[in-house]
Amino acid sequence: MLKLTGVDTFYGRAQALFGARLDVRRGEVVALLGRNGAGKSTLLKSIMGLVPASAGTIVFEDRELRGMETHRIARFGIGYVPEERRIFTDLSVAENLEVGRAPSRPDAPEWTVERVIELFPNLAPLMQRSGGHLSGGEQQMLAVARSLMGNPKMILLDEPSEGLAPRVVEAMGAMIVRLKSEGLTAILAEQSLRLAGLVADRAYVMESGTVVWDGTGRDFLADHEAQKRYLMA
Amino acid sequence: MGFYVVQFLTGLAGAASLFLVACGLSLVFGVTRVVNFAHGSFYMLGAFVAYSLTKWWGAGLGFWAALVASSVIVGALGAAIEVLLLRRLYRSPELYQLVATFGVLLVVQDAALALWGPDNLLGPRAPGLSGSVALFGQRVPQYDLFLIVLGPTVLLLLTLLLTRTRWGRLVRAATEDRDMAAALGVNQRHLFTGVFFLGSLLAALGGALQLPRAPATLFMDLNIIAEAFVVVVVGGMGSIFGAFLAAVLIAELHAFGILIFPQVTIVLVFVVMAVVLVVRPWGLLGRPEDARHRTPTEIATPLGVPRCLVVIGLIAVAAVLMAWPAMAGDYGLKLATEVLVFALFAASLNFILGVGGMISFGHAAYLGLGAYGAALLVSRLGWPMEAGLVVAPLAAGFGALLFGWFCVRLSGVYLAMLSLAFAQIAWSVAFQWYDVTGGDNGIQGVWPSAWATSPLVYYYLALAVVAAALFGLHRVASSPFGYALRAARDSSLLSEAIGIDVKQVRWFGFALAGAAAGMAGGLYAFLKGNVSPTVMAIPVSIDGLVMVLLGGVQTVVGPLLGAATLVGLKTEIASATNVWRGVLGALIIGLALLFPRGIVGHLGRWHRGGRP
Repeated sequence: MLKLTGVDTFYGRAQALFGARLDVRRGEVVALLGRNGAGKSTLLKSIMGLVPASAGTIVFEDRELRGMETHRIARFGIGYVPEERRIFTDLSVAENLEVGRAPSRPDAPEWTVERVIELFPNLAPLMQRSGGHLSGGEQQMLAVARSLMGNPKMILLDEPSEGLAPRVVEAMGAMIVRLKSEGLTAILAEQSLRLAGLVADRAYVMESGTVVWDGTGRDFLADHEAQKRYLMA
Repeated sequence: MGFYVVQFLTGLAGAASLFLVACGLSLVFGVTRVVNFAHGSFYMLGAFVAYSLTKWWGAGLGFWAALVASSVIVGALGAAIEVLLLRRLYRSPELYQLVATFGVLLVVQDAALALWGPDNLLGPRAPGLSGSVALFGQRVPQYDLFLIVLGPTVLLLLTLLLTRTRWGRLVRAATEDRDMAAALGVNQRHLFTGVFFLGSLLAALGGALQLPRAPATLFMDLNIIAEAFVVVVVGGMGSIFGAFLAAVLIAELHAFGILIFPQVTIVLVFVVMAVVLVVRPWGLLGRPEDARHRTPTEIATPLGVPRCLVVIGLIAVAAVLMAWPAMAGDYGLKLATEVLVFALFAASLNFILGVGGMISFGHAAYLGLGAYGAALLVSRLGWPMEAGLVVAPLAAGFGALLFGWFCVRLSGVYLAMLSLAFAQIAWSVAFQWYDVTGGDNGIQGVWPSAWATSPLVYYYLALAVVAAALFGLHRVASSPFGYALRAARDSSLLSEAIGIDVKQVRWFGFALAGAAAGMAGGLYAFLKGNVSPTVMAIPVSIDGLVMVLLGGVQTVVGPLLGAATLVGLKTEIASATNVWRGVLGALIIGLALLFPRGIVGHLGRWHRGGRP
């Protein structure tokens, strides 16, 4: 569904990705693991066109995304939940959802305000509250809900468990399993296995801007050597 | 009592246009992050187009139809300029965008001159509202009452548009974080064009509404843009309600200032603006600028030129400058002296811009303060040129200390707008304070001392002074103070954390650049033999920015090349055609389109072998 080969990305003159690759099949949850600074966020931003990749191919359903404008990439059905959540603080929760809204598409689950509220009941009483007055967990839920409003086929989640309490992380895991059962494909960038270990079908591990390990989630959970080498400080 | 009420109402009526223009500027900036100088041109065109349409359609209902039609026409023009020009520049350094929109302003000025002629155009009385109403025994024009109602009405409509429609929500989202909005599938292009249309329409409506109150002139564009900057800075960027409050405040100051300080009402505006900014640095209803939005100015792109080449280049330049008199006549010498003067001016601007990271839209204020300081000393007190040249940098440095104290508290475009507002205030004082500055006529007879009257001697004098000042600036830039300034430019938070007093460092940097510009101003006064307010008008500030861009930020000979190019071009074009403003504007726009990342950025790109 999404295939990256040989992706190079620069920030100014500093190279952040060195020939990164990724292959995501329809309906999978793929974990993108690695330490802080390994290039996970940059990879997701390169997919979205937020930081343009200067070499390689990024093919989503037979379309080359590299060089395309961000809003078009989003319109093809890729939802993006950034690490910093980037809630519009000037807008109310309801307005944040409104900004994310896009027409439905035949090959993706259709989301309405009612349905995302059902998925995140905690947001229900907050609809009129300004986005700047939410807790971290509430912001995370809103960020996911907002991207779902665009009826994506695939969702990119950048460290959704960061800074959340263990109970909320579990709820997040249940939410991802639920989305998967509805047919949504997901890439989950994480530094630890506490969320990814619960839900990932397959895993890619990054280090210094390139992919150094890939295999099934189960294999990675069993491979303590690799975990130690790539994830622990 | 009645008199004051009526005066208050006059102020409220005056606020309407100001509010329309300022909130359009604020909306456009909010979404596109472009400070649009041409916004004032749309205001002027709104008045001119409405004038012609009224002539054509007749003064009856024609006036109201012309009001609407003119706004829509100019709004469409604004949208066209966004599509054809600005769209290509959104990723450019903000300085480039600014200079490009100033190019548009120049072109529009000459086009308006060609189409409507140089005379002031007296508009019709508003049909149906040409009478007046008795209030507290005073007469209040009906049209004023109409304007008083119109302001809040537009405020209400805009608020509804932004909060109740999907388009408005998208605009607010993009204002806050346009990349995130794009990642949610929002097409910025349509949004930007739409906002530009709305903003230009509001500006044009503001201009057209002024017709029955004041004649339309070719100076409307720059006057209103400076006032709109003040309103936006005082009200808070991005807040429409803030713009409304500030417009009322400023307009009331004008209305009552006339009673107290008829000569220099502008001083009152200055005092109020200063008080507001001390109490609320981001304006009445504004919020601190989000660092995420800030596009740093093209930061130090060392071109990687070997040191020996730099030395050879400098020697070559020095040789040309020393040998120039042998090749040129008196006229050539005067021109070369002017190039030197502006090279110092551009270098001082380059100092706060490149090293300090502060964009000043009003650097001509310090050139002017230096020139006026020297000229006043010589012509009013009869002191010699030498004293004038000593006082010039001191006067400008003192002015920069005063204005800079406020400016360095802000950053980014706030700082830029505030610096322009201060420059405009300095200009107004020079223009209005007739008894001291001679007003529009300026000060005549500012000649060098006897030994320096020959163009040749004066050229060498200027060369020596400019070379010393450039060397001084260069040394300061590479001193510990210079490094502190750079650190503050790149990250003010980190700099604070390692113990740099960011505000103080930037304040002194600002003052130093002001003093250097004042030195140039002193030289300029004695070169020309007179000083007039034009020396600190907005176009001179922009000229400085163009020179810096032409020559490239962060280079030693850059300002010299930039000054030579611009002074040369201006002289050439001015002698060849009388629409030099339009030609120059078109050149600037072309330059911005050809090198959308700035000339320096392009050179850097080639140097790196095409990588971005």
